[in-house]
Amino acid sequence: MSENAIATRWRALGKSRALIPYVTAGFPTAAVSLDAMRRVVAAGGDFVEVGVPFSDPLADGPTVQRTTQAALEQGMTVARVLDLIRQAALRVPVIIMTYLNPVLAYGVERFATDAHAAGAAGVLLTDLPAGTDPAVEQAVSGRGLDLIRLVAPTTDDRRLKTALNNATGFVYLISRLGVTGARADVPPDLDAQVQRVRAASPSSAHLPVAVGFGIGTPAQAAAAARSADGVVVGSALMDALAKGGITAMERLTRELATAVHA
Amino acid sequence: MTNIATGRFGPYGGRYVPETLMHALDELAHVYDAARKDPRFWAELEGLLKNYVGRPTPITAVPRLSAQVGAQVLLKREDLNHTGAHKINNTLGQVLLAQRMNKRRIIAETGAGQHGVATATVCARFGLDCVVFMGEEDMRRQRLNVYRMELMGAKVVPVTSGTRTLKDATNEALRDWVTNVTTTHYIIGSVVGPDPFPRLVRDFQSVIGREARAQMLEQVGRLPSIVVACVGGGSNAMGIFAGFLDDKSVQLVGVEAAGEGIASGKHAATLGAGRPGVFHGSMSYLLQDADGQVQPAHSVSAGLDYPGVGPEHAYLKDRARVLYEAVTDQEALDAFAALSRLEGILPALESAHAIAWVMKTRRASHELILINLSGRGDKDVAMVAELTGAKI
Repeated sequence: MSENAIATRWRALGKSRALIPYVTAGFPTAAVSLDAMRRVVAAGGDFVEVGVPFSDPLADGPTVQRTTQAALEQGMTVARVLDLIRQAALRVPVIIMTYLNPVLAYGVERFATDAHAAGAAGVLLTDLPAGTDPAVEQAVSGRGLDLIRLVAPTTDDRRLKTALNNATGFVYLISRLGVTGARADVPPDLDAQVQRVRAASPSSAHLPVAVGFGIGTPAQAAAAARSADGVVVGSALMDALAKGGITAMERLTRELATAVHA
Repeated sequence: MTNIATGRFGPYGGRYVPETLMHALDELAHVYDAARKDPRFWAELEGLLKNYVGRPTPITAVPRLSAQVGAQVLLKREDLNHTGAHKINNTLGQVLLAQRMNKRRIIAETGAGQHGVATATVCARFGLDCVVFMGEEDMRRQRLNVYRMELMGAKVVPVTSGTRTLKDATNEALRDWVTNVTTTHYIIGSVVGPDPFPRLVRDFQSVIGREARAQMLEQVGRLPSIVVACVGGGSNAMGIFAGFLDDKSVQLVGVEAAGEGIASGKHAATLGAGRPGVFHGSMSYLLQDADGQVQPAHSVSAGLDYPGVGPEHAYLKDRARVLYEAVTDQEALDAFAALSRLEGILPALESAHAIAWVMKTRRASHELILINLSGRGDKDVAMVAELTGAKI
């Protein structure tokens, strides 16, 4: 995957909205998660988020906690996740989602270099808010990986500017307060939130906005796609995988893709 | 000592949290920085510490223990605070900050239950909703404290994820905070977590060191040669060390839990055997494996059973201002028995680690040793009985 693969992909999408499925690497096994990465792309995923498990996932709800715990019990490590990404050789950009400590233990520069070499295009670090550790941010983004910034409903205008300044790839808008996990509805103020992020983006950047957290059904995905450029679905897919196996997860991905792309 | 602009102690500390919490941390830092400069804030806190908590706590000479150690030993009696430990110094300070932020719902994590009790106490006193997250395993070990919290109107939520101890209770409290951050203040119980918690908890606990220093000069006529405190997250230690950091002649010793021995892998000696990493919002020493996964800690004392440690301790270790040592479960249990028999004081198993270190190291007779007795041991009696095979 060449430099700016994420930007290239968004350009190719044009006005079409993007579905961004999330898969926990190593859940329920390494082999099944490799198959899952390929199938979510075949079923219409425009990007794939691949989760590297961490022992203390404090931004995640019960579903992702269970999958990452199971992945750790399978012996999943950063190195093995990168191997899976290399083997998957996906035709869409891969974004690694994890927490900072496994990356620190691997070595930030080494991680960025190896992840890029394995074919990853971006990384999203849940517990690294913009500006907290500039040295880590530089080490990541100096090596061809987009560091995807997260913004939240509680992000004030001053912080929003900080987060969007030098942001690349896209902006991940956390749609609601709380941890990851499917919810019954879509927040009523989602459109206003997306517009707020768009308005704060430097006009030269044309940063797409993807929303995530709590979106699980095709109807929710369709509603979110009316405002946002991309829709991230994680827990609902992991639930489908856990309960109905790979075909159930693939079926849900296809329904979500239809809803988002409509 | 802290760089307030960056919230760091050298390379340690910082704010490694989900973006959702950043605004609340900014707000807390802002409100705390204003409160720090407001004499009315300190006047209210000091009034509560005096008339509600019972401060100042005394320093107590312990002649029979001293004879055994071979040097003069004194105890700073944080066990005599209302609720039986130093934890309330911090919860009172933070509840006053919560009031300034108009937050009427309080959450907390707890290990042994002392911080949970101290939080439930101040919430009852100020009429606030209180939810305490506690590992299922710790609830079993500390049933009495669970009931104490419930008596004071707190809701105790069992945490069943991970190791079902303090580490996971903290994860769950952080998840609740991410969800309810606009209405809720999270009273962290130690000098851990994202900035500004490590420095504000230290500041609220530094009353221990300020009092102790003045009491030593007034009652003994000189400063101690050694100040010793146990270290889990490290709040009682930071509190007493804060009074003596500038006194270069005073040796500071933090005692971690070696559990079943460092070599066994079942311990909580984060500074002694861990390496730097990011956990629960800050950069500090951490018990972790080669892949950066957090390793479960072990200690007979639930309050020390934590794989992280406050970032200021990490900084003080690297600068060699504080010596960090460790004692085993057995040594702590022996010290628990010794202080009970020799002085009629039942120490918390946490504090017993500090006593154990003094008892096991060879001390010179001219030394003057001040130990922070961070809490009383009543909560541990049932557990000690179980471990020693006694029937009660």
